[in-house]
Amino acid sequence: MDNRRKRTLPNQVRRIGFPVVNGIWRMGYAARFLILTLAYSGVSFRRFRLTVREMFFTGVLSLVIILVSGLFVGMVLGLQGYDTLQRYGSADALGVLVSLSLVRELGPVVAGLLFASRAGSAITAEIGLMKATEQLSAMEMMAVNPIARVIAPRFWAGVFSMPLLAALFSAMGILGGFLVGVVLIGVDDGAFWSQMQAAVDWRQDVLNGVIKSFVFGIAVTLIAVFEGYDADPTAEGVSGATTRTVVTASLAILGLDFILTAFMFRGVG
Amino acid sequence: MRDPVTPLSSANLVEIDNVSFGYDRRTVLSGLSMNFARGKVTAIMGGSGCGKTTIMRLIGGQLRPNSGEVRVDGQVVNRLKRDELYALRRKMGMLFQFGALFTDMNVYDNVAFQMQEHTGLSEDLIRDLVLLKLNAVGLRGAKSLMPSELSGGMARRIALARTIALDPMLIMYDEPFAGLDPISLGVAAQLIRRLNDALGATSIVVTHNVRESLPIVDHVYFVSAGSIVAEGAPGPMEHSEIPFVRQFVHGEADGPVPFHYAAAPYAQDLGLEARVG
Repeated sequence: MDNRRKRTLPNQVRRIGFPVVNGIWRMGYAARFLILTLAYSGVSFRRFRLTVREMFFTGVLSLVIILVSGLFVGMVLGLQGYDTLQRYGSADALGVLVSLSLVRELGPVVAGLLFASRAGSAITAEIGLMKATEQLSAMEMMAVNPIARVIAPRFWAGVFSMPLLAALFSAMGILGGFLVGVVLIGVDDGAFWSQMQAAVDWRQDVLNGVIKSFVFGIAVTLIAVFEGYDADPTAEGVSGATTRTVVTASLAILGLDFILTAFMFRGVG
Repeated sequence: MRDPVTPLSSANLVEIDNVSFGYDRRTVLSGLSMNFARGKVTAIMGGSGCGKTTIMRLIGGQLRPNSGEVRVDGQVVNRLKRDELYALRRKMGMLFQFGALFTDMNVYDNVAFQMQEHTGLSEDLIRDLVLLKLNAVGLRGAKSLMPSELSGGMARRIALARTIALDPMLIMYDEPFAGLDPISLGVAAQLIRRLNDALGATSIVVTHNVRESLPIVDHVYFVSAGSIVAEGAPGPMEHSEIPFVRQFVHGEADGPVPFHYAAAPYAQDLGLEARVG
């Protein structure tokens, strides 16, 4: 018997239609899941200890990769920035270039991408394995809602950790830029800091960066907990879900970044 | 509180009444009726995939039947609202096949979990209760180990201690003997019986392990393809002449349950027919 689908028009339409319908269905399911998570978030705040514990796993354990990456990104920015700026005789503006790139874009985005691959994948794998080994089922049988007890604390921990991690990334990046630009190359110390201070606007740059990282935190953590909760309870299911978390969350960060930037920096020079 | 409609003297704690259940097109249970007497240990036996675990999930309210009723202590499980179901589940305990211990907590916290979630007891009292439960399964000394440090048999016993943490009226065991060494097997079987009698609970044991379970149960249901093939006290069942029961109890390879999965004739699969023809 020939099992291959013939390339007839209805089959072609079906081949496009199925993933689209499936994708929309999953988005609806994820939205419903988010509403449930928010509705059962009471426990995460009443027993804040639960959320703090998860913040250790998602936030504190991500520190090393965030800090080291921040430092190196800042150092590279220092090198590249100096190389370009000194051609126009404005090497003193290095501090501005480094800090604005980090606070506005690289801080939230790169920290978000690292967070998705370090913490997001760990959250998905953990929840997926809890499902595969019937721990979530057991919890339900003990009259404890897994969404309130397992999902919501992890969700809020991710949402709170992400802006802090992005801020630390930016801070380390600026330090990296300073090390390369001022200490190594010899850009004027005073100019580096004072120009930075004058150019970086609290609301326009810093706050918008914080808002971005907060939005990325929601997106990454929601995708991570959802993929884990929705994973097939098998080894393949959990590994597939972990991969999907990293891919989907990274794309979501980049897509959301464009949308947010377009709204935030309208008409800003 | 009990449902006022149900007489208090009802001899059965759990009643499954003409229940059918299926996923999409696949029927798992069809018109199944079972009763589980108060204070007794009842076994549900059958081959893998015959719907045994489904029965437990229906009793626990994790699945809802397509038709029929599941009653636990006079309440119709499949018509309960979420809060009512959770209230009922506090009086039930379920031991999962591989224990399902929470891997991010140590043994102590696993056993204390329900007490901390559901009771307002002080930490001191919870500590005493946890030690009591752990002592009952002989593993008080393992209280600070993580689940990854336990053997399969130990994990199962810890899970049992967790299951009985709130002294449930109904304890369900999903394949409690699967993958245990001979010593652990005997220990597990004795624990099931002793705990049931000590707690005054009712137990349901889903298993395919005949030798360990028959001596400790009061009643047996044999289930095949989603319906009851035979039931009765374990003694007569052991010598039953019903073909399925005989095959099951004596572990015969072929019988009403065929050795071969449904397939096309062998010769045809090997392509011999064409050559001969």
